[in-house]
Amino acid sequence: MSTRQRTAVAPPKPGTHQNANPTVVMHQTAPSDTAGAKRATDFYRQMVFIRRFEERAARAYTQALIGGYCHLNLGEEAAVVGLMAALRPTDYLFTNYREHGYALTRGIDPNRVMAELFGRSDGVSKGWGGSMHMFDLEKRMLGGYGIVGGQIPLATGAALAIDYRGVDEIVMCTMGDGTTNIGAFHESLNIAALWNLPIVYVVINNRLGMATTVDKSSAEPELYKRASSYRMASERVDGLDPVAVFEAAQRAAAVARGGRPFLLEVMTERLRGHSVVDPGKYRGAEEIALTKERDPVVTFAAHLFETGLLTEQEIAAINDGAIAQATAAAVFAEASPFPDVATLFDYTYATPVANDSHRLPGQPLFEPAPYPEHEATR
Amino acid sequence: MSIMTYRQALHDTLRSEMHRDPDVFLMGEEIGLFDGAYKITAGMLDEFGEKRVRDTAIAEEGFTGAAIGAAMLGLRPVVEIMTINFSLLALDQIVNHAAKIYGMFGGQARVPLVIRTPGGGGQQLGATHSQNIELFYAFVPGMKVLAPSTPADAKAMMLAAIRDDDPVLFLENLSLYNTKGEVPDDDVPAEIGKAAITRRGRDITLIGYSRMAYVAAQVAEQLAESDGLDIEVIDLRSLRPLDRGTVVESVKKTHAAVILEDDWLTYGIGAEIAATISDGAFDYLDAPVRRVAMAEVPMPYSKPLETAALPSADDVIGAIRQTLDAVGRRRNPMENKS
Repeated sequence: MSTRQRTAVAPPKPGTHQNANPTVVMHQTAPSDTAGAKRATDFYRQMVFIRRFEERAARAYTQALIGGYCHLNLGEEAAVVGLMAALRPTDYLFTNYREHGYALTRGIDPNRVMAELFGRSDGVSKGWGGSMHMFDLEKRMLGGYGIVGGQIPLATGAALAIDYRGVDEIVMCTMGDGTTNIGAFHESLNIAALWNLPIVYVVINNRLGMATTVDKSSAEPELYKRASSYRMASERVDGLDPVAVFEAAQRAAAVARGGRPFLLEVMTERLRGHSVVDPGKYRGAEEIALTKERDPVVTFAAHLFETGLLTEQEIAAINDGAIAQATAAAVFAEASPFPDVATLFDYTYATPVANDSHRLPGQPLFEPAPYPEHEATR
Repeated sequence: MSIMTYRQALHDTLRSEMHRDPDVFLMGEEIGLFDGAYKITAGMLDEFGEKRVRDTAIAEEGFTGAAIGAAMLGLRPVVEIMTINFSLLALDQIVNHAAKIYGMFGGQARVPLVIRTPGGGGQQLGATHSQNIELFYAFVPGMKVLAPSTPADAKAMMLAAIRDDDPVLFLENLSLYNTKGEVPDDDVPAEIGKAAITRRGRDITLIGYSRMAYVAAQVAEQLAESDGLDIEVIDLRSLRPLDRGTVVESVKKTHAAVILEDDWLTYGIGAEIAATISDGAFDYLDAPVRRVAMAEVPMPYSKPLETAALPSADDVIGAIRQTLDAVGRRRNPMENKS
């Protein structure tokens, strides 16, 4: 099993971001470690499901069944499943807009996740949120957020509420690498450190904003080091290895449960463009080839095969099962009704209020005066 | 009934609500040890302790957002933003998050948050500290924006704001803090979304909110004595939702209106009121609707320039007389016909 991986990944050299993730070294999970073996195969199953779900979503997008923006977790599967495994059901999760995989792994019904993408009434946010705004109170996933960095102060406040009530829960707040440059990131980390809040901030570093690289956007490109400004513990971990991510997330969560915030940087890949509609032409052929070589779903499958944890047939069966489940989710979503237009004014306010506007476009504010009779008979 | 200042009414209400509900807590810059920049929270750190009266870093976006997140988990934070000018630093959290969270997630999370903040000019604070930008928040569905003008409303509307499950921007005013009035002893929350007719009259309708509702009431009394005018005064109280019906019914009765506002005229709150009157009382108007608003300049520091830029009682009286003149000119031909 792994030991601490504080320097598992070499820091990137400025201008050579291809080197940010050197050769992936998988954890040597011995088949005799039954719990570890089960965890590894569970991780793989979850990763494959995210992969096939996202591919199915991309297809639905090209069929115009999904609108708006659609950001996929392709290449980040290992990071997602490792992080989610470190959370308890009572912990809270806040994410950015690239969150389908988190919703699925947190345990939200895939049918409802896909229905949300399709804008249907069975969607996890009843069709009001879409790809960027998945929310499930029961699973304590308190939102994907579309504004870069918007979730960070909110997650910090959730940790404040936990501290206020003195309960044994923590918050995890994920974000992209580019987000560490926004004011909300620094204001929030400062507040969390000052107030000893139980929160794990997670930077998913796929080395790209849309096209802008980390070295071009962050004066300190080793992003986990930014925590030191707030005397906050931090760590960088290889995000292509789900077990390494899980163990790092467990360490981070333990710090948070002890009443201190933590910053975890997870080095990942973005296999495709920024969103479904981005062909990613700004990346060189060599970089794309390297990214594909490091594809965590492929490399982890190879690792599980080589260590004898899964046979080729078992890997194929997991894949078939994932495809079937993703297909079923799309079938469910397409059959789900669109929200009734009559519900348009149902969610402006939680507390009903006098004089709330229920006016549709083109409707007058007041009933027009009747046509005067003497004019009509003229 | 007790006579007290607007400031005292706010202070006492915050205090009693914190005693009533342990989930209510205060956050803001210098609200604890310093007692608050305008002393609304004086003595509360000593009474309630650091857990419930939290001095924050100078980080409006961070601490306002944190209050929203805490509210999502069921706490009832009352945030003080030292003046409304500084709320611009928290704009993303207020507009993109507090106002959206209930709707964006299909009604799954409530945000029972109050953001208290004073507007107002006239203190020689210059361009960046004298703005009245409540419109920015009143523009946004999902927000509730309250603007009390009397000590009694300061209490009743604060009770309503804290007990409401939606984000409320609670607009105070620097020049109202020392005004005095009767305040009921009972805790009766105001109804959000309702304007108040604070003076009944038949000759003309004056419409204002916050400081300008106070000015409107004073001008109405003054003109009743000096000119024998019978003026109706409406205090909007709630800028979102907006009580259009009360405005329109009044203008149908008086046939004339002057709108008073401390914000800038172009695109201001008064423009919305004027459009409302046009929609609802077009056939009843005997004169064009007038607006009295702040001059459209970055507020200067120097006193004579600042005074000239702010709407005064005299400006309001001038607009009323001109409007009544216009009513007279229009009424006469009508009267001749009949």
